[in-house]
Amino acid sequence: MQISGLINFAIFFLTLSSIYAILSLGLNIQWGYAGMLNIGVGAFFAVGAYTSAIITTPDSASRLGGLDLPIWIGLLSAPMIAGVLAFLIGIITLTLRSDYLAIATIGIAEIVRLVLKNEAWLTNGVRGIAGIPKPLEGINPGVDALLYLLLVLAILAGVFWLSDRAYRSPWGRVLRAIREDEQAALAAGKSVLKFRLQAFVLGSMAMGLAGALYAHFVAFISPEAFQPEFATFIVWVMLIAGGSGNTRGAVLGAFAIWAVWSGTELLTNLLPIAWISRAGALRLLLIGVLLQVILLTRSEGILPEKPPKGIATGGGPDRGRK
Amino acid sequence: MIDLLQLLIYGVVLGSILSLGAIGVSLTFGILRFANFAHGDLMALGAYLAFTFVVILKWPFWLSLVLACGSTGLIAIGVDGLVFRNLRRRPPVILLISSFGVALILRSLIQLIWGGEQQVYRRGIQRSLTWAGLSIKPDQITIVLGAVILVLALHLFLQYTRTGKAMRAMADNVDLAQVTGINTEQIVMWTWVLGAVMACAAGVFLGLDTRLHPTMGWRLLLSIFAAAILGGIGKPYGAIAGGLLLGVASELSTLFVSPAYKSTVAFAILVVMLIVRPTGLMGGR
Repeated sequence: MQISGLINFAIFFLTLSSIYAILSLGLNIQWGYAGMLNIGVGAFFAVGAYTSAIITTPDSASRLGGLDLPIWIGLLSAPMIAGVLAFLIGIITLTLRSDYLAIATIGIAEIVRLVLKNEAWLTNGVRGIAGIPKPLEGINPGVDALLYLLLVLAILAGVFWLSDRAYRSPWGRVLRAIREDEQAALAAGKSVLKFRLQAFVLGSMAMGLAGALYAHFVAFISPEAFQPEFATFIVWVMLIAGGSGNTRGAVLGAFAIWAVWSGTELLTNLLPIAWISRAGALRLLLIGVLLQVILLTRSEGILPEKPPKGIATGGGPDRGRK
Repeated sequence: MIDLLQLLIYGVVLGSILSLGAIGVSLTFGILRFANFAHGDLMALGAYLAFTFVVILKWPFWLSLVLACGSTGLIAIGVDGLVFRNLRRRPPVILLISSFGVALILRSLIQLIWGGEQQVYRRGIQRSLTWAGLSIKPDQITIVLGAVILVLALHLFLQYTRTGKAMRAMADNVDLAQVTGINTEQIVMWTWVLGAVMACAAGVFLGLDTRLHPTMGWRLLLSIFAAAILGGIGKPYGAIAGGLLLGVASELSTLFVSPAYKSTVAFAILVVMLIVRPTGLMGGR
């Protein structure tokens, strides 16, 4: 009993961490490679989750769809829709300086949050969408969760491989050049806006994919699940702790911070009963303090960025920017 | 017509709150060069401090307001000393990310200390004053009056004191200000105090107009940034104009779009503004 409980917990933990790792890789493409501040990670995560949920759930009278299509269509559509959204946003906002872009992405996140909450015809409002099908269910009863974990791990490996290759490619090199010195990249004849847009869309697609995987994992989504604290803030902490610009760091950070986050739950379970209702706030407080400690003491993360040989080395995403 | 005038009144009330918030954002943005994402939660903290004085200790409202604003100023200096000061030599984006974390810390602390429920300064419904079909609550008069007093005080401070002049100089051009021998560390401290006092007043007034909730500041942050950018970063007078404009625009928008989306109207105006005239109405940075 103890052992099987432990195994179940391990599977649960690894699945969620892997989903967060995909989010963190997506943010890494935007911030780590290209230096674009996206404070609206949760928006793309939520759009991916809702897209896949609407596509794969059975028909419902109270909202759009469901289309009752196979899950793989949902998993493919989620990054597409998130990518289209990112493209539309990017066209307007990516010419802005980085701090304005950050404010603009908060605005997008706010709009997405309000739409999820208020447009009940589309999303069923605050009641959320229930009964999202789980893939690989019933093939071999008893190991459903394990099979899903393997699927998520395989997708994570794919995203990781693509992202790592992109970093080493000439494309990644241009992104780093833009990040370090936009004017110089422009002078070298690179279309800054085009490269930024590509990175923004690709990163957001990874976030949308993570959203779909999350939706099929938990089977029920509502606007509550996409609060900025859990969908955006924690992803930033993961990336910065792991090492922005480093794909291994982004994945490691996701697992490490999710472990810390889960660990704080064990910690707050020791609190007296009267404090239980405030445990969530206490855990967020700890994560917030952790971010400050990382920024103050080791801002390059556990695994600092290591650009491939042949170009000037050194420097995190922030080096050399005014 | 009456509807329009009524919305205009509400718009000025909301605009007063936004202006006070935007002044602080504009000053910190102009002088410290980073968008302070913790500003909204500083507002909420001020509102909750005043809640302690007014509701729990039963002190008079104006005294509580002054005490709360003073405490918020001290807390802002404390946060600067603990976190921001040590990051100031780093690129501004790092400060931005750090302030995002500070925002979360403040919000969690509010929730830990005061709980996550909604609170009010005073129970019961206030009788509105009506005149020619228009109505306004006494609390709303307090808000507008308070905002006018604070803005006047700020104006006198910026125009006639050495510190105020130095602050405007730094917001205009940090390097030039340093060359002329302005003690920048001291000005930075004053910036935090002024910004925090205004933020606290904005938070208290927001709580007076609606209710207190741990996320009240974060929810308003987007509109405040929009007001500050609209007015031109580093221009406190621009921030006031931007705040009033967005307050009125947000309220008037309820004629056309669902009130649920009121908070995004400011954002929409901001986006248009950034495309058409990225330096703001008053030509800031």
